[in-house]
Amino acid sequence: MSQLKFLTLLGKSVRLRLTGLGLFTRFFLMLLQRSGIVLKRPRLVSQQVHFIGNFSLLIIIVSGLFVGFVLGLQGYYTLNRYGSEEALGLLVALSLTRELGPVITALLFAGRAGTSLTAEIGLMKAGEQLAAMEVMAVDPIRRVFVPRFWGGVIAMPVLAAVFSMVGIIGGWVVGVLLIGIDTGAFWSQMQNGVDLYKDILNGVIKSIIFGIAVTLIALYEGWQASPTPEGVARATTRTVVTGSLAVLGLDFLLTALMFSN
Amino acid sequence: MLTPPQKSNQPVLRLEGVSLGYGDFTVLREISLEVLPGQVVAMMGGSGSGKTTLLRAATGQLVARHGTVTLFGQNLAHADRPMLQSLRQRMGVLFQQGALFTDLNVFENVAFPLREHLNLSATQLSERVLEKLSAVGLRAAAHLKVSEISGGMARRVALARAVVLEPELVLYDEPFAGLDPISLGITARLIRNLSDRLGCASVVITHDIAESFAIADQVYLVGQGELKAHGTPVTLGASPDPYVQQFLHGHADGPVAFDYPVTPAFEAWLARTGTPP
Repeated sequence: MSQLKFLTLLGKSVRLRLTGLGLFTRFFLMLLQRSGIVLKRPRLVSQQVHFIGNFSLLIIIVSGLFVGFVLGLQGYYTLNRYGSEEALGLLVALSLTRELGPVITALLFAGRAGTSLTAEIGLMKAGEQLAAMEVMAVDPIRRVFVPRFWGGVIAMPVLAAVFSMVGIIGGWVVGVLLIGIDTGAFWSQMQNGVDLYKDILNGVIKSIIFGIAVTLIALYEGWQASPTPEGVARATTRTVVTGSLAVLGLDFLLTALMFSN
Repeated sequence: MLTPPQKSNQPVLRLEGVSLGYGDFTVLREISLEVLPGQVVAMMGGSGSGKTTLLRAATGQLVARHGTVTLFGQNLAHADRPMLQSLRQRMGVLFQQGALFTDLNVFENVAFPLREHLNLSATQLSERVLEKLSAVGLRAAAHLKVSEISGGMARRVALARAVVLEPELVLYDEPFAGLDPISLGITARLIRNLSDRLGCASVVITHDIAESFAIADQVYLVGQGELKAHGTPVTLGASPDPYVQQFLHGHADGPVAFDYPVTPAFEAWLARTGTPP
């Protein structure tokens, strides 16, 4: 009897997860299908880029600076053992453009802008705002979700670029100003070693994919949230957990695809 | 093809033998009613009697289990998404909680349907929005954020938004709830005037007997999952039906049950918790 109960519960859990996956895919396809509004009313998207970018800009700059400081210090300690501390600029730039810039930006984005998006949509649902829009013959997917989705997708690579740029400045401050590495060597090694396509473009592609994943998860969780304070709180937590795990998982896959020989 | 706006005396909204419910629970059975252009119809009933469910059926948010819901001559069961969108553009809805957009100010909330559906110049849009805000006494509150206005004011803004497109049918869900006596009287007159001036049909879901009887052409009384009575305010007021009399006069004793009915789900819950009945 208990085995039967276990199998029933297992079946129910698998069915629920498959249904969730199906709904998530359908939601993504609906967003893509109704994206025409982006071209018709670009102002709706630019407003979202502005809002979402502003949500995260301060935390991105501060985090980028400190990550740059730490990279500068740790990089110097390691490179100094081999007498190649001039390569610090290259190490800092590659670490940031290939990995840390896109990944940490996406994690911070999930925690800052992602949670805001989920809570906003969840509260709109709880306050019948989405239902009101629907009976006003305004499609909420098209009017509310699509601009936020593309706003997030556009904001993410810009924020990742800001993160990497500020991080490089942080590495330069520690390496050149505090430790005393030659500034010419710092910048020239970076210039020679960083490839526009292999490093920078791959980093940008990564951040766009993370932007799609995190924004999609944040909007979906808001859309599916129970219209209660507890439901919105749970949805917000799920955005951070699912969004962060998705970023880390995708990063592994993308790194394997982009940087393997 | 969409039928043209009603010029004749054809019903704007008609329900024939409609049953509505959620999951296993049937809220309303065999409801039939019709709303003509220019009419104010009051839909009354106790809390939880299914009045809002009826409104959801009229907007196409809830599909009838049995019977037909006809809006502007179109059977909603056969309306696809674009058709439903076209029909909804001809109606306005005042939600029970107002459902104002909290990221927009008062002006932008009322302007929202105009911006979405019409291509008006900034001056025309501003004139139209301020005119509707004046009608609800909130012209000077146009610049305020939704968080800066009271609950009663929010309902009046929502009312202005519901009628800004000057629709052929307006559905009001509890338009008098939370209003002070002055706002209540003005709102009731506004609903009546809109129907008289524009010829739009109004369905008012309410508990407020005095105000709704003062403005309604027809009153429908729902309870115990069905339509209990309907007629003009005069005929309903004179009805000897004990159900109608108890509801209109608020008597404690009578056929209207105050207690929520015991359901199998409640009994199962009680048995699980081990609480003695």
